[in-house]
Amino acid sequence: MREFLSTARSRLRRAAGRDAGSDGDAERADGDGDSALATDGGTAEAGADVAPAGGTDGLLDRLDDRFGEDFTESAPFWLPPFLLVGLFVYGAIAWNFVISLTEYKGFVGPDYSDLDLDMYVRAVGDSAVIDATVNTFVLVVAFTIVALVIGMLLAILVDQKIRFENTFRTIYLLPMSLSFVVTAQFWLWMYNFNNGVVNIALGAFGIGPVDWIGNPQIVLWAVVFALVWQFSGYTMVVYLAGLRAIPTEHYEAAKVDGASTAKMYWRVIVPQLKGSTISAAIVLMVFALKAFDFLYSLVSGYRPPNGADILATKMVREAYSTNNWAYASAIAIVLFLMALSIIGPYLYYEYDKGNL
Amino acid sequence: MSDATVDDADATGRTERLGDRLRAELEALDAARVGVYAALFALTAFYLTPIESGLVSAFKTNPAGISSTLPFAPPPLRFFTLEKWRTAITALGRGMVNSALYAVPATIVSALLGSFAAYGLTQADWRARYKAPVLAMLVAGIFIPYQAVLVPLSQFWGAIPLRQLLTPLWVLGVPSAYTGIVELTITHVAYGIPICMVLFRSYYRNLSEEMVEAARLDGATFRRVYRRIVFPVSTPMFAVVLIYQFTQIWNDLLFALILVSTESSPAAPVVLILAGLGESMEGQDFALRMAGAFVAALPTLIVYIMFGEEFADGVAT
Repeated sequence: MREFLSTARSRLRRAAGRDAGSDGDAERADGDGDSALATDGGTAEAGADVAPAGGTDGLLDRLDDRFGEDFTESAPFWLPPFLLVGLFVYGAIAWNFVISLTEYKGFVGPDYSDLDLDMYVRAVGDSAVIDATVNTFVLVVAFTIVALVIGMLLAILVDQKIRFENTFRTIYLLPMSLSFVVTAQFWLWMYNFNNGVVNIALGAFGIGPVDWIGNPQIVLWAVVFALVWQFSGYTMVVYLAGLRAIPTEHYEAAKVDGASTAKMYWRVIVPQLKGSTISAAIVLMVFALKAFDFLYSLVSGYRPPNGADILATKMVREAYSTNNWAYASAIAIVLFLMALSIIGPYLYYEYDKGNL
Repeated sequence: MSDATVDDADATGRTERLGDRLRAELEALDAARVGVYAALFALTAFYLTPIESGLVSAFKTNPAGISSTLPFAPPPLRFFTLEKWRTAITALGRGMVNSALYAVPATIVSALLGSFAAYGLTQADWRARYKAPVLAMLVAGIFIPYQAVLVPLSQFWGAIPLRQLLTPLWVLGVPSAYTGIVELTITHVAYGIPICMVLFRSYYRNLSEEMVEAARLDGATFRRVYRRIVFPVSTPMFAVVLIYQFTQIWNDLLFALILVSTESSPAAPVVLILAGLGESMEGQDFALRMAGAFVAALPTLIVYIMFGEEFADGVAT
């Protein structure tokens, strides 16, 4: 049906002189004296009255023949946003790569005549960068896994046909609406050595007090915990949508088979949430890579607590605190490649499923 | 009906048996139910504790009230004060205005552009072979760590003579530091388009095709279909995107830090001022920090409480 419609439509439009009826093209064809066509309404018959216009039309038609019939007509919609993103994202990444090949630092602009990989060599030999890479990796992996597990448990709990479901869901998702800057203040207070809730709660069991932020062995885990608090509600929402998409028969069938609730979830339901898990994991990893805001706010400065330096904070510090621009760009490229190694396969997976 | 009277006795028996079974099931269920609700309430406590502890602490005096009461207990009368809120509002007030100055326009423009892009990439008929890379580049834009574009971004805004271009504003008495706000607006629009596009795209793909096809068969142009059909039916999605995008832009620190840089700047956004609040020579003033955190979070909290559904829709996509 749809194919028929679209062929019929394209035939009709070609017969009608095609461009004459289009707002966008009519504007471009203003010079040809058919600006009257830009008025709305009755466009089809108006098109029939007018002889095909001159050279621009020929070019546009050829573009449409090459790329598809709506190509030029839809371009005013998708092209400007695409160009803006192209410039700010992909242009900037390319530029960033070029800067990383220079020796740019301090206040004199980059010298593009002398390009080499010195900065990458330096990064590989810099133990601070290695530490930051390891920390980034630990943060991303630990945070993603824990947030997925907690989020799934939340989703299963909320999915038990409970009362006040909306209220519970709203509460669990609430931290996500807050800025990293705000949650960093809350957790700084939670983790406070003498008066924080965490140490007082643990003290009731005779544990601690623990210096959560000051101890380099612990601080990264404390950050992971805070981030899980902030984003497990997000995972819950994703899983909840996934759970609701599973047909009830699957639950019934498992029940008839006499499976216990736990077994049913583990064997029947969890495997069906693969799609939700993948998309949630991708977004969580990206959040983790953006944890810069949180770490910056913890200390109100570029130097995060010892033991919690990640590539994101290291890069910004190199650039804006010590003005090692080229070096910072090289670190940024490393971070970008890490992100790409996650997103690349994901986009391919989506493309494979026909979602792109 | 007559059957019912005949089977009356039998039916009563069955109902009783059914009732017994139900009761037994309910009893078994009850234990599980109680467990579920206990877990739900425990989790509620977990998610609310940091916020609650922050809220009560914001009303305490520093350092006496902060250090001599439990962090989650409400302030006793002798330690109660509104002074921290007053200080926080004074310190953050201009930041709130500055944040709104770029967050509101950037939200609206990026939502519109995202809607345009999604429309041009879903309802338009052009070859998938060429459409896919455009789409992939836009989708991938969501996941780029911003660190990978920061240095060029600084270079770019440094090279653009924005300050000269906006001379009329400075003549009108706007502090010239507000170039930072203009830069932030454009930057947030550019980096916000991908997520807005994806949100709208999932919506436009499910739009009734007949409606759009029919309109185009009638000779309506691509643009006209957007204006008359697609845009009006996108209203619910616009609510979702605007709310999500506003929260994201308001909450972002990184771009504010790079483009405005100091919290003492007249154009400093609220997150930038908050990040430096409560640091003093005598130690950290947690009561002030907490009050400041709530003041800065207020707009997003209001949006979230009013439009929680839409926010959940936004993040779920």
